Amino acid sequence: MGNDGKTPMLDDLEKGAWPSFVKEIKVAAKKSNTAKDLLGILERSYRDKVTHWKHGGIVGVLGYGGGVIGRYCDLPEEFPGVAHFHTVRVNPPSGFFYTSKALKELCDIWDKYGSGMTNMHGSTGDMIWLGTQTDKLEPIFAEITAKGWDLGGSGSCLRTPSSCVGMARCEFANIDTMDICHTLTHKFQDELHRPAFPYKFKIKVSGCANDCTAAVARADMSIIGTWRDSIRIDQAEVKNYSSKMNIQEEIVGMCPTKCMSFDGGALKINDKDCNRCMHCINQMPKALRPGKERGATIMLGGKAPIVTGALMSWVIVPFMKLEAPYDNLEDLIRKLWEWWDEHGKNRERIGELVDRMGMRSMLESTGLPPVPQMVKAPRTNPYVFWAPGEVK
Amino acid sequence: MADKPKRITDLGSPDYKKFLPPAIAKNYGKWKYHEQLGKGVMKHVSETGDELYTVRIATPRLVSTDYIREMCDIAEKFCGGFLRWTTRHNVEFFPAKDQVDALTADLKKRGHLVGGIGYGISNVVHTQGWIHCHTPATDASGVVKAVMDELHEYFTTKSLPARVRIALACCLNMCGAVHCSDIAILGIHRLPPKVNEATLANQCEIPTTIASCPTGAISPNPATKSVKIKAERCMYCGNCYTMCPSLPIADGSGDGISIYVGGKVSNARGPARMSKLVIPFLPNNPPRWPETVKAVKHLVEVYAANAKKHERMGEWIERIGWERFFKLTGIPFTYQHIDDFTFARDTFRMTPTFKWE
Repeated sequence: MGNDGKTPMLDDLEKGAWPSFVKEIKVAAKKSNTAKDLLGILERSYRDKVTHWKHGGIVGVLGYGGGVIGRYCDLPEEFPGVAHFHTVRVNPPSGFFYTSKALKELCDIWDKYGSGMTNMHGSTGDMIWLGTQTDKLEPIFAEITAKGWDLGGSGSCLRTPSSCVGMARCEFANIDTMDICHTLTHKFQDELHRPAFPYKFKIKVSGCANDCTAAVARADMSIIGTWRDSIRIDQAEVKNYSSKMNIQEEIVGMCPTKCMSFDGGALKINDKDCNRCMHCINQMPKALRPGKERGATIMLGGKAPIVTGALMSWVIVPFMKLEAPYDNLEDLIRKLWEWWDEHGKNRERIGELVDRMGMRSMLESTGLPPVPQMVKAPRTNPYVFWAPGEVK
Repeated sequence: MADKPKRITDLGSPDYKKFLPPAIAKNYGKWKYHEQLGKGVMKHVSETGDELYTVRIATPRLVSTDYIREMCDIAEKFCGGFLRWTTRHNVEFFPAKDQVDALTADLKKRGHLVGGIGYGISNVVHTQGWIHCHTPATDASGVVKAVMDELHEYFTTKSLPARVRIALACCLNMCGAVHCSDIAILGIHRLPPKVNEATLANQCEIPTTIASCPTGAISPNPATKSVKIKAERCMYCGNCYTMCPSLPIADGSGDGISIYVGGKVSNARGPARMSKLVIPFLPNNPPRWPETVKAVKHLVEVYAANAKKHERMGEWIERIGWERFFKLTGIPFTYQHIDDFTFARDTFRMTPTFKWE
């Protein structure tokens, strides 16, 4: 078939209203043979309906065990520009805020050493630089660190933590998500750069139960902000909303705990019955606000399917005060890691280990007390384990 | 070498405070409420009385450095060089109130799609696919582009009963952890891996390879210093291929796309929940994946026509019942819809109470 330089299938994806990644690769291809051959090999995949990338090799920078993903193509003669096509993960700032000056400096570094193609951002939250060669890795690392940037995580390590926008621009934030993310990233630099865990460990921090980082689905440790006291109500603003929406139907009627009532004038909330789901606050942010006694629910175990099925995180601490420097959270995470390191098998996520060993082993080892918030309901099965000392 | 610069390591993430626009730095933690001013514009108001305007656009996620530079130029022109990416690959600018219209007009003139806020379809979270990954069962960027070319108006102008979060993962590894999305597009394999006996002994550690199989389908084959695969036990997860390159699982006609619906991560009105399988298989048909585009569009349209305001797709289905969902959408219910793996029993119905038409 040969590499004739033509890409009719991809060219079709330049059309249409949605922004086109093909246009982006073509822009990069004007400056980079790597990007040019990326286009060619992708067109080949479109024809063959299979990938042309092989398993990664071990590549990286001195002293780190992660941050770079080795990648090679299976058609190096036809597409020499992508014979080596390694990915560099750059740890972004919390909340993904940037200045143009900082971003342009990074772009210059990437253009100098790589394909000029990026993911803004990858699924875990790193800035992903797609496509460079082994001998460029040390120069890239030297240049980004000189500008104050570092690599993110890959392999069996703490992956780059991420957070929602939190207190920077959201009135729902019950915790300082960006600062927690930043502080944890710095406390755990060794765990992030030098893989020593049974498998990967992801941390995501969301400021409220809306969970904009998808922490419950996508993180082994999901830190989700909540409050314990009463929702703050501005009745004058409730009245203003009542002219724009049907409060009885849309707010009171959709409250999952039926803890509210509205008489046309004032909105009453029985806070003892409220479970802090966020629906009413989402719909009437000007009138309703989370309470003032704020903290986070800590959940554990979320992951994608490989190997025994997808898990969503479950509660291990119903409410934790989170104030800088977050030593209580650090302490809990270190204890969890110690338990996982002790018992985890190769490529066993911490949630799967809880499945295999039981919650009790994890709770005893971390010193967390069993509480009703951990379960949907107590067990129904009567095969109950008793520890030797418990039977007298 | 005396002149060699000192090696810098373990810097971690740069300090986010350096990158905050002045209005955000000043009002950090003081925000009182927000208002949506259109599909792509919102206003946040602080306890100090300060206002912050945000304008949001879609990106293709896979972008060139020149694209990032263009974003930077726009930020320099309209908002002091400050900009932000969202967790769903959108870009946000923070113009002063009197610059909102000029910025929006400039973005549209450059061909960018302003939107993604509120009840509609925001950007699609997705994985690498054939762009960079060694295990995909489909492409990622191409499918997303084809789907969103058809649905882009739900980003820019059209509204839906609630948010519809679409995500794509190109294999079961789910780097994109799509399993709690309103609509999840998931690449799947349907054939067991092929054993490359010539290379396996050199490339793979046999005990690790055997241990990697969650269903015990792999056993040693001492005669060839390789392994055997019991095809009827294989569920095509591809975990063995990740451990052993001599067990390739990708197949041009075996691979394709499945669609899951009704998941969410928000706890509003009810807890976060996983997406459920509704379409077991659609073929890989590049460059535009017409079957997948049609299926996703159909699901969005049936939902839009039937759900109540604020109801996410999963809440709507739970209200009407799955039997009515399959009837309304015309999607056939098959053996594949009934789980037969780890968590199967949790999904069986244990009540004789149904909604009949």
